Amino acid sequence: MNRRLLPLSITVLLFLGMAAFGALRYPGFLSPQVFLNLLIDNAFLCVVAVGMTFVILSGGIDLSVGAVVALTTMLSAALLNAGWNPWAAMATVLVLGAAFGAFQGLLIQRFGLAPFIVTLAGMFFARGCCYLISTESIPIGNATYTAIAQARIPVGFGGSLTVGAVIAVAVVLVAMRVAHSTEFGRTVYAIGGGESSARLMGLAVGRTRIAVYLLSGLAAALGGIVMTFYMLSGYALHAVGLELDAIAAVVIGGTLLAGGVGYVAGTLFGVLILGIIQTLIAFDGTLSTWWTRIVVGALLLLFCLLQRLFEARSRKAA
Amino acid sequence: MKRLARHALFWPTLTLLLLILVSAIFHPGFLAISWQNGHLFGNLIDILNRAAPLIVVSLGMTLVIAVRGLDISVGAVMAIAAVVAALMVGGSFSADGEVVSEHPLWLSLACALAVATACGLWNGLLVVKAGMQPIIATLILMVAGRGIAQLLTGGQIITVYYPPFFTLGNGHWAGLPAALWVAALLWLALQLLLSRTALGLFIRAIGGNPEAARVAGVRAGALTLCVYTFCGLAAGLAGLIVSSNVKSADANSAGQLLELDAILAVTLGGTALTGGRFTLAGSVLGALIIQTLTSMIYSLGVPPEVNLVVKAVLVFLVMLLQSPDFRALLAGLTRRGNTAR
Repeated sequence: MNRRLLPLSITVLLFLGMAAFGALRYPGFLSPQVFLNLLIDNAFLCVVAVGMTFVILSGGIDLSVGAVVALTTMLSAALLNAGWNPWAAMATVLVLGAAFGAFQGLLIQRFGLAPFIVTLAGMFFARGCCYLISTESIPIGNATYTAIAQARIPVGFGGSLTVGAVIAVAVVLVAMRVAHSTEFGRTVYAIGGGESSARLMGLAVGRTRIAVYLLSGLAAALGGIVMTFYMLSGYALHAVGLELDAIAAVVIGGTLLAGGVGYVAGTLFGVLILGIIQTLIAFDGTLSTWWTRIVVGALLLLFCLLQRLFEARSRKAA
Repeated sequence: MKRLARHALFWPTLTLLLLILVSAIFHPGFLAISWQNGHLFGNLIDILNRAAPLIVVSLGMTLVIAVRGLDISVGAVMAIAAVVAALMVGGSFSADGEVVSEHPLWLSLACALAVATACGLWNGLLVVKAGMQPIIATLILMVAGRGIAQLLTGGQIITVYYPPFFTLGNGHWAGLPAALWVAALLWLALQLLLSRTALGLFIRAIGGNPEAARVAGVRAGALTLCVYTFCGLAAGLAGLIVSSNVKSADANSAGQLLELDAILAVTLGGTALTGGRFTLAGSVLGALIIQTLTSMIYSLGVPPEVNLVVKAVLVFLVMLLQSPDFRALLAGLTRRGNTAR
């Protein structure tokens, strides 16, 4: 088997194992809707994590995504309350999210600043902007938004998906295509594998790196729109800590934190694993929600150690 | 003047003085210090007192950043230390109406600090022995740490009723806040340790080039481990100060976002984020700048929410000024301007 597929297959096996555990332990767990709900409840996380995958593949990190999601929900709510056309509002927040990401990418690329500190400042900035709009939660009563939020798309077997979940699946499919069969995708992998070699190969390192952060900002804004459908409100405290969940999903999905190795499909399974942990805890009923955080932390540790082992062995093989 | 401007602490000191000046202009009586109830009282003292936990955390963070690391788990470690101390001290009324503690106060505080130190050691082991990137290694404890703290408290806010516990965060020694003494003593001890022994030099060497330092005979691994362990201890101490100040421990909110403030304080102070160049005094100034800014924003009647945006813009500016590429760009622009004339 291809060695590079090893982390991904561990992730998929882990997901199947957890699903089997749930099915044996709790009656009613093995229904299609339980699994579709994993997608529905984590749609925004999935969209954000896909953007994060590109950033981590390029060897960087983006800590601002949670705050950008919150700002998007807030801006959407404020624009809709100001009487904007809902489609115009969506387009505006997407453009702003992309611009925000591109600005961070520019700082990182042009001035050689550390990605984590630039995006940390970006996180402060975006959260602060939320509070400037309002400190309260803003409900959304717009007819288009409520219609989209309530729409259910049947997928057979008596199950259905929300529009947000469909967007998430579409994003994963498009991102897989972009990562594995475009020039941009290959350049991202090359930068993560070794920036100087990528430069020597004549690849457009600077442009691609800025584009990666632009993409992450765009994904965060799209995730924010999906969250707006899900919550039907804008609130500065939406998506607190989402950046950590997104990083966790990417790492659990088998992407190497050093960059250069990983699959977008792995991120989807990373998100599903985070979701199924919550579902298992909810089905159990006796465990408290903070167990989620402890289990996610333990999984992160496990996968980071596995990665180190994997790296050490491939270095020995080389 | 030029030599003064080049001193490492010139810009942070100037920033702090400017902030105090602006506060004094907009808020008459800002600089006033009086003697009340047997201790000093005033806005400046209040800022020093409130900045104490941040100073303590920033000192630990400075050393971690100096060895090319980062610790984003300090907020979670603060929460764990606060919860351990609060649970162990507790406090109940005895038969004759006296409040007694669950365990002796010294034992509770020692246990809390020991747990925090163990957290720091754990981070260090992940970075040094497992070879993980610092931000990811400490991310694990940041995610799991609050979960563990909540597990200990059962999701409740633990209230402490035993008065001697409140001294650290509310008491005064020789007219000054106790928390300020703790922060100042820690700073002095660290400063002496790093300037009188070769430790400071070793840390600079590791930050400058870890591999070269190791080849030169510096025990880079062991020292880095110590630095992370100390950062955990410092975070624990800050957690004790905060929980003593609010007389309770909240697993959810204790030390929330403090890791960001600490990194900001260290950056503002002039420590290079790329490692090697660090200044403890700068980080203390950085922490004071952040607290003065917060107090100023409150006293000016500006909504406190603006604080985050102001902090973000500050970080962007400081980062750009630290970047050689940006300086080159600026120098190029001014030179072009001169020749055009």
